[in-house]
Amino acid sequence: MLDISDLHVNVDGTEKLHDINLHIGQGETHILMGPNGSGKSTLLKAIMGFGGYTITSGSIVFKGQDITGMSIHERAHLGIGMMFQHPPAISGLKLEKLLAATSHLGQDAIEALAQTVNMEDFLARDTNVGFSGGEIKRSEVLQLKVQQPDFLMLDEPESGVDLENMSLMGKEIAGLLEKDVHIVNRRRSGLIITHTGYILDYLEADQGHVLIDGQIRCHGNPREILRVVKEKGYGECLRCKQM
Amino acid sequence: MSALQTDVGDIEQLSQEDRERLALTGLEVGMQNRCGSFFQIDQNVIQTTCGAEGIEMIPIKAALEKYDWVKDYYWNAVSRDKDKYTQYLAKQESPQGLVVIAQPGVKVAMPLQACLFLREEPVQHVHNIFIAREGSEINIISGCASSWQKEHGAHIGVTEIYVGKGARVTSTMIHNWNPGISVFPRSATIVEEDGTFLSNYVCMQPVNQVNMYPTARLVGKNAVARFSSIVVATPGSTLDLGSRAILGAEHTSAELITRAITTGGTIISRGHILGEKDNTRGHIECKGLILKDGIIHAIPEIEGTLTGTELSHEAAVGKIARHEIEYLMARGLSEEEATATIIRGFLDVKISGLPAVLQAQIDAAIDKAESGF
Repeated sequence: MLDISDLHVNVDGTEKLHDINLHIGQGETHILMGPNGSGKSTLLKAIMGFGGYTITSGSIVFKGQDITGMSIHERAHLGIGMMFQHPPAISGLKLEKLLAATSHLGQDAIEALAQTVNMEDFLARDTNVGFSGGEIKRSEVLQLKVQQPDFLMLDEPESGVDLENMSLMGKEIAGLLEKDVHIVNRRRSGLIITHTGYILDYLEADQGHVLIDGQIRCHGNPREILRVVKEKGYGECLRCKQM
Repeated sequence: MSALQTDVGDIEQLSQEDRERLALTGLEVGMQNRCGSFFQIDQNVIQTTCGAEGIEMIPIKAALEKYDWVKDYYWNAVSRDKDKYTQYLAKQESPQGLVVIAQPGVKVAMPLQACLFLREEPVQHVHNIFIAREGSEINIISGCASSWQKEHGAHIGVTEIYVGKGARVTSTMIHNWNPGISVFPRSATIVEEDGTFLSNYVCMQPVNQVNMYPTARLVGKNAVARFSSIVVATPGSTLDLGSRAILGAEHTSAELITRAITTGGTIISRGHILGEKDNTRGHIECKGLILKDGIIHAIPEIEGTLTGTELSHEAAVGKIARHEIEYLMARGLSEEEATATIIRGFLDVKISGLPAVLQAQIDAAIDKAESGF
């Protein structure tokens, strides 16, 4: 589904990602870990195509198409979706208007989807304006349920979420990634940034990667990586030369 | 239905272009969703008709002749010596314009329309008086436009509004002029105890200049005034707009809200709230978007004279944040669609209590302007 080869990314003239290689197959979910500032969000934003994230060399291929030079909305149309960690608050733009503008769904369908994430009372509110941490996440999940991307990038889905919301979020994200579909028939893929690994309580991941100083330093079993990081910290990954 | 002067044929003779321009200011030629209509082309009143029980619409000249007491409302809220434009209007031997009288307790949700159309003459002058007696409720939509062929001209208009005890007046004015037209409305409103005055102003099409500073004087306890303005200045347009509320009785409150966009023109957004009685509150909010280089100059003034008044203002001028556009693009909207969606949200001022037909009219004006963003 996604093939990243020898990717180098500059932000404000400084190289933030060096020689990234990442392959995510159809139906696979990958976990991305790493210390603060290591470049995890930068990688997601570069895949989405945000301005200010300049690809200096390498390529991103999605569903067999080179998307390295594509605009953000073209990537979205191809099936890439993203859950933002810090989405902007857009004053005046009602959440229901945003959902209607980004889909062909009618009001009834939008309301029905909103109810699944307890967001029906937020449809008439300005998007993300004055939303709590949990409400922002539910707003993001709702937008993704409307968008139905084939490849889903999640930037710290656990941050700012209480236990009750985490359970709802975990189940909804598992649904978006078709975890209820038999592995042979599963089409959707995901890349999830996590610090805590709580998301793994709700869904299985196929691979884990550790990003340090803009480089992927290790690939492996996600639970094992999580255990090593918990026990020994990222220093262990720095010492580890397995590439 | 009383029809003092009706010549709908004259309206039907308008060119298709002019009819479309008028429709954008809220004129319903067929009178769907309107309970009364007044239509003045240049200096000629060609239609005055009202089907609502307890509401009278009458040309000002006829009103002054018919009712002796109307003179008490004539040049009362607005001083004839206010400036050269009011002086010019006061000199006219044959005043034109509309008087609306809502009898006590009469409540009509469906709007009355007043259409002022500048077609051939260099200057159109208008003097309107709206009187809402105790406990009445009326909605007036004033559509002001110029013929598509009209290159130069001026519109000078005085509107005096009297909101009686417990009455509620919603006045929505939509402008649709041409790049060579200059417009000088001079309006003032007096709001009595428990009265509510809602003023909405929309101007999103090119004009040479609009210059106005309507004032609401809240003279009775619990009176409320809210001014909402949605304006777009295109290149060559200068919109010098303000609104003022004088909190002249206890427990009065006022809110002045402006959404301003420049695509190359100049907007001066003034506002002034004077709190001179106890337990009064006032707030000014001006948000401006500079889409292309132009000027948005916000000048909010709040003035309190005693401890019992609470006044505040907030103003912000800037461009659309890039990360907001990219956020919507990540949901699949093109850059143009994302920009238009954000602008539409920006202009979506919450005007509570606005009848759906008036909101639809404002939405239509936004739709029309949106194609130019």
